[in-house]
Amino acid sequence: MPASPANDHFDLLVIGAGPAGIAAAVTAADAGLRAALVDDNPRPGGQIWRGGAHLPAPARQWLARLDGSSVVRLQGWRVFDAPEPNLVLAEQNGATDKTANANPALAVLHYGKLVLATGARERFLPFPGWTLPNVMGAGGLDALVRAGLPIAGKCVVVAGTGPLLLAVAAHLAERGARIAAVCEQAPRSRLATFAAHLFFEPGKLWQGARYRWAARTGRFLTSCWPVAALGGDRLRSVTLRRGSRQWNVACDYLACGFHLVPDTELPALLGCRIVDGFIATDELLETSLPGVYCAGEPTGIGGVDLSVLEGQIAALAVCGKTAEARLLARKRRRRLGFVHALEQACVLDPELRALATNETIVCRCEDVPCAALRERDGWREAKLLTRCGMGPCQGRICGAAAEFLFGWRAESVRPPIFPALVSSLAWGPARQTQNFSAAGALSENSKETP
Amino acid sequence: MPEPASAVALTVNGALVTVERGTTVAAALLMAGVATRTSVYGEPRAPLCGMGICFECRVTIDGVSHQRSCQILCEPGMHVTAPATESTNNAEGRQSSHREA
Amino acid sequence: MSVAADVLIVGAGIVGAACARECASRGLSTVVVDAGAMGGGATAAGMGHIVVMDDSPMQLALTRYAQHLWRELAAELPPSVEFEACGTLWVASSEEEMAEIRRKRDLYASVGVESEILDGQALAEAEPQLRRPLPGALLVPSDAVLYPPCAAAFLMRDAIRMGARFHARRRVLSAEKGIVRLEDGTQFHAPHIVNACGADAVRLLPALPIRKRRGHLVITDRYPGFVRHQLVELGYLRSAHSITTDSVAFNVQPRTTGQLLIGSSREYGAESTAVNHALLSAMVARAQQYLPGIADLQAIRVWTGFRAATPDKLPLVGPWPEDESLYLATGHEGLGITTSLATAKLLIAALLGEKAEIAPEPYLPARFLGASPTPQHNGSAMSELVHASEKSHA
Repeated sequence: MPASPANDHFDLLVIGAGPAGIAAAVTAADAGLRAALVDDNPRPGGQIWRGGAHLPAPARQWLARLDGSSVVRLQGWRVFDAPEPNLVLAEQNGATDKTANANPALAVLHYGKLVLATGARERFLPFPGWTLPNVMGAGGLDALVRAGLPIAGKCVVVAGTGPLLLAVAAHLAERGARIAAVCEQAPRSRLATFAAHLFFEPGKLWQGARYRWAARTGRFLTSCWPVAALGGDRLRSVTLRRGSRQWNVACDYLACGFHLVPDTELPALLGCRIVDGFIATDELLETSLPGVYCAGEPTGIGGVDLSVLEGQIAALAVCGKTAEARLLARKRRRRLGFVHALEQACVLDPELRALATNETIVCRCEDVPCAALRERDGWREAKLLTRCGMGPCQGRICGAAAEFLFGWRAESVRPPIFPALVSSLAWGPARQTQNFSAAGALSENSKETP
Repeated sequence: MPEPASAVALTVNGALVTVERGTTVAAALLMAGVATRTSVYGEPRAPLCGMGICFECRVTIDGVSHQRSCQILCEPGMHVTAPATESTNNAEGRQSSHREA
Repeated sequence: MSVAADVLIVGAGIVGAACARECASRGLSTVVVDAGAMGGGATAAGMGHIVVMDDSPMQLALTRYAQHLWRELAAELPPSVEFEACGTLWVASSEEEMAEIRRKRDLYASVGVESEILDGQALAEAEPQLRRPLPGALLVPSDAVLYPPCAAAFLMRDAIRMGARFHARRRVLSAEKGIVRLEDGTQFHAPHIVNACGADAVRLLPALPIRKRRGHLVITDRYPGFVRHQLVELGYLRSAHSITTDSVAFNVQPRTTGQLLIGSSREYGAESTAVNHALLSAMVARAQQYLPGIADLQAIRVWTGFRAATPDKLPLVGPWPEDESLYLATGHEGLGITTSLATAKLLIAALLGEKAEIAPEPYLPARFLGASPTPQHNGSAMSELVHASEKSHA
């Protein structure tokens, strides 16, 4: 169904159209609920099921089920506020408000139950040159390639940590990229432990196969990371370090991400309990807020299969199909060991803290160099006195870096959780004149905003 | 969901650019080798996250500034202007303030 | 028990920092304690508008003096303070308000504050984004804007350079009779204690006639040149000095970064820092009435803060008569950023028994004790507007 903005009510609202969100929305719609799926990207699929033709079979199946379902889709809409219980506000990407008083880009979405499937983003660590054009996230470059960027014949260095690196390298290689190196910061011993774990996870075996493939090519380097990206107006080469050895690799792109951090801004805004950075849920994925569920990476970084499972569990729980939900929950429990193993495998080497020099920009929105932050006493003081984290990304990029570099934890979340049109903040038309006296009135012929 | 391979023509800083349908504005700008943004210190910037989080890909599309180009698909006749300049008359001062802060 | 300092200042907002700097510059040994970081409370929540206000003759005297002090200091301020004399435009929306603008100009002229009346056309040229037609505005070119957290940090660092000591993240439990007790068990002894805790001052001295008055602000992404002056509506006349109703006013500030701050709102009785969406809606709608194009700008953050409001809209500066060790520097409502430097001058004069450059009596805390009546303020009633807007109540 096409997106219908403005004012609407849904039995179930799902935020995020990645694997977890799609599974949740489709499962609920199949059970007869009026479900809506809201997502920031131009296409459904999230970061992992992005880009049509090159997807594995399960992805194609779920996307086809979504196409055939009654789910109301608001694709290209981002949720920026939750001003009241059972209500979120979303705004359409690229839309503007030329009329000032009737904002066509704003959707007021009422819901009975909510599934938060907000996904995860990459963790970026600052190092000299990381702000150069063509230095991107690993998932970032992958997303751009899936969004139309030709990569055939380009030379790419993939670096950082986590299984995403190999997935990205394999995908880019399929598209014709030349992968100069895949640099994993973790030591080989730790990865071996993790790889062993994969054998207990049938769904992950293809990833294990990929790991062995990459290891055989000889371009998969463990205990290795970039120390500098070089170039003038854009990237020309990367300096890599492995132990005491340091060398230069010419390349067109550096795809560099240090595992994933969950997108918890919306759950935090709603008031969901968060433990160690992840959303706390019960067995059926209900958060600390009754009627609000969470599925996918925000409950723990576990990958696609777990996300799909969690989406189904949450939807079944929402539908009251508790027995079915519990069956799947048992299956989920067996897989949670993988989440823990992955987390252990991706622990960052403390030496990575030394990558950022005094001049290295940490906050890209406000161009705050590392030196300005070293003297600060915490995240709040850093924000106030250097403007770190005060730009439009709202600390989504530098926050995770600052947490690693300085041990600072971001403070509470405030609306809007994404930048929004000023007019979208004036969303409650009926309330504006009823309860509040404006300080003064304009002349008679210019009426109060309704 | 394979895309039909039809072409979309748009302009980037006045120059005609043709991309496949389904291409985001951010991808089109990377193809054209155009930085999306000039930072507060005046550095050229380009997309980092590719998924609507980092705001490095903000450009002016059809006259509207601060649009995240990685979240917007190219449309026929679209006019994209980049890089957007974040530098203000105070940029120099901000730089020195960081040093002493 | 040893004596920690000559002066112990509780609160490291812009008022506490200004007082510390003044004390240290006069050779007094000075210690400042704050439950958080410097400039992290209401100072960080405020707009940073250095503005001459005429709600009452006493307020006019204080703000005019303060503005003079800021202009003297301007050359010393580092770029991070972002001090810019962009001027204030008091925007009229009716002929009735134009009459008020003429009255205001005459009053400002009588105390030596330069101002200029713009007619509708001149206003449209000065601020092309304002809705048209509007009858005109009063331009006060000497008003300025700054970034309050860095201003407070500058003042505090200057104080530290001159020997003051600052203890961050030390919560004070009590401050009286020459003893300041901290939550961590520490006791500081000092012959003079200054309560500069803004709206939190009441916690340490419940007898104070201060109420929290919450405000909201919105900040946008960078749009250099969208507006050029601090824009404030004069359309306050029709609503009286309401202290029972929540209200909003149009007040927009251009930051040197190119960002815009959008205010203002005021409400009593709100204790939470959470956004009041209905009031925020009304505030934004009000701004859109004056600046229609603001609707299309990207807002990146919304926050709230608490002004320390007194019944007569004047701060409490000077000795507290019931405790000879205790001095106050609070109750600035929306003018704490502006009047911080003047407050520090009045405080040091009181501490040292010197003569201040302006008459200190209207601001003495003693006015709220005993038989002394609440001073009358029957001025133009415009202050509430900027009280609401500046949100500095340090």
